[in-house]
Amino acid sequence: MNRKKIIELKNVAKSFDGEVVLDHINLDVYEKEFITLLGPSGCGKTTTLRIIAGFVTPDTGDVMFDGVKINDVPPYKRHVNTVFQKYALFPHLNVYENIAFALRLKKTSEEEIYKRVEEMLAMVNLAGFEKKDVNLLSGGQQQRVAIARALINNPRVLLLDEPLGALDLKLRKDMQNELKNIQRKTGITFIYVTHDQEEALSMSDTVVVMADGKIQQIGSPTDIYNEPENAFVADFIGESNILDGVMLDDYKARFSGHDFECLDKGFAKNEAVDVVVRPEDVDVVDPEKGMLKGVVDSVTFKGVHYEIIVTIDNFKWMIQSTDYVKPGQKIGIYIEPDAIHIMKKSEYSDMFGDYSSFSDELEHLSDATEEEE
Amino acid sequence: MHRLAAAPHIVWSVLFIIAPLMFVIYYTFTDANGKFTFSNIASLAQASYFEIFMRSICFALIATAVCLVIAYPIAYFISKAKPKTQKILMMLVMLPMWTNFLIRTYSWMALLEDTGIINTFLGKIGLGPIHMINTAGAVILGMVYNYLPYMILPIYSVMSKIDVKLIEAAYDLGSNPFQVLTGVIFPLSLSGVISGVTMVFVPSISTFYISQKLGGGNFDLIGDTIERQFQTAYNYNLGAAISFVLMILIMISMGIMNKYSDGETEVVV
Repeated sequence: MNRKKIIELKNVAKSFDGEVVLDHINLDVYEKEFITLLGPSGCGKTTTLRIIAGFVTPDTGDVMFDGVKINDVPPYKRHVNTVFQKYALFPHLNVYENIAFALRLKKTSEEEIYKRVEEMLAMVNLAGFEKKDVNLLSGGQQQRVAIARALINNPRVLLLDEPLGALDLKLRKDMQNELKNIQRKTGITFIYVTHDQEEALSMSDTVVVMADGKIQQIGSPTDIYNEPENAFVADFIGESNILDGVMLDDYKARFSGHDFECLDKGFAKNEAVDVVVRPEDVDVVDPEKGMLKGVVDSVTFKGVHYEIIVTIDNFKWMIQSTDYVKPGQKIGIYIEPDAIHIMKKSEYSDMFGDYSSFSDELEHLSDATEEEE
Repeated sequence: MHRLAAAPHIVWSVLFIIAPLMFVIYYTFTDANGKFTFSNIASLAQASYFEIFMRSICFALIATAVCLVIAYPIAYFISKAKPKTQKILMMLVMLPMWTNFLIRTYSWMALLEDTGIINTFLGKIGLGPIHMINTAGAVILGMVYNYLPYMILPIYSVMSKIDVKLIEAAYDLGSNPFQVLTGVIFPLSLSGVISGVTMVFVPSISTFYISQKLGGGNFDLIGDTIERQFQTAYNYNLGAAISFVLMILIMISMGIMNKYSDGETEVVV
């Protein structure tokens, strides 16, 4: 791989008031990539971002930029800029002056400032907004000004702290596309912090899943979704049925009282494992043709598919199917070998059960509040 | 209903603001017999009065400037402290105001006198005595000491509301600590500075007693002159005329302040 590392975190740890926020994390960020730190609130993602920006000094470990240690370099001397969660636009300056802020500090000529600000305004679709009062702009417009302000300096790395958190759903989707376009056009490395897994999957080149101050998994969106490292990642990213199982042999797993063929190997004989089956990968068949049989608990129409909860061997499975089944009906399910993903047991193994309740999911949805230090 | 709720305020305003103002204007433009005249105002066009007015303006400006220079860093420091410490520090700022104004001024006399506490101490360590009482500096010190809290309070209250994220954003965009102060903190605290300046300048320019006690009568200020007309000379008409001119002076300076504040934060005293 000949991609160049731009930022490295080496064994970085941080505690606030005796509470561990980051537990010795290692992270490489490459040039020109869109990398997302994803996790529930309190997982340490914002602290990681603030360490890179220079607002937080790690207790131990090194922060490297272009191979040079920058632990003690103050924020104003770093080649990174930040788009803040609630934009943090200067209320005493108009749109033009907000965007020009960084250039003015560098004693840039007026013509150059004008040229660059106009370029930035065009890029974020705000041409003609120069004289506007930032306090009177809509959330989406303020967001664009914040992006333009952070990009005018041509930073090597742009840090984005839940930048779309305060926007409504429709606007979020639009801004996601725009941000992705801006990143492609400028070739600037984006480090993006969010708790929204869908946002992370759709925008990123690399996703870093964090929980409890630790990095749980680093990988491409497809890797993260298809090959989750442990039960936490499997549960946090998308819907998943996570079952206790035993690896009988290479390519052979046993769960729910049935032996399944799978594509995983390299486990010890009879090793206890976590098995992930995504709801959309389960086929509903006639009971006699099914690998497993169960009774339908409930069916919910979701538009593109039905969400079926079915009890098999005391475990409530979630199945997403376009075929309708009736509650109370006896059905069989069929699972292809490539739909089964085997994970090593972890500290999270017993925390995510079946779909007997949705409380876990609701918790993730409701943690849109900002992460406190 | 709304009109009824405003009634006490209207009664109060008429009784204690409008009516006295009318009296001032009445006395200003009448002579001892109650006849209309400009002679009271005209009699102020003398070098001695001009000197008093200039001295008062000058002292008030210096006191205000000194207050600002002292108060700004204090307000900044307090606003940066932990919330609990902030409360304690603000209480300490207000603490002198729990003591009566006269007692505070007398205390300064005891401190500044040639044989006072400070000079006794300076003498003991071989640095003094230094003559301090009855100087212009002592008068200005008295003003600064008495009115400093009025400068700290509004600046602190504006500063403590500045979003930390704005300061971080300024650092992030390349401001060094000094540029953060000049580019973000100062402009955002300007409304506090303007109210502070008004709240110190207005009482400073009209103050009396401080200069009598700490200036030893060598530095007649407008306030003292007015007091003398009412208390000693019993010339209500001249006293009212001086008050009237002072009022105009204060209105002009507030007008100037309002202009600087961009109409964003109207100065209200």
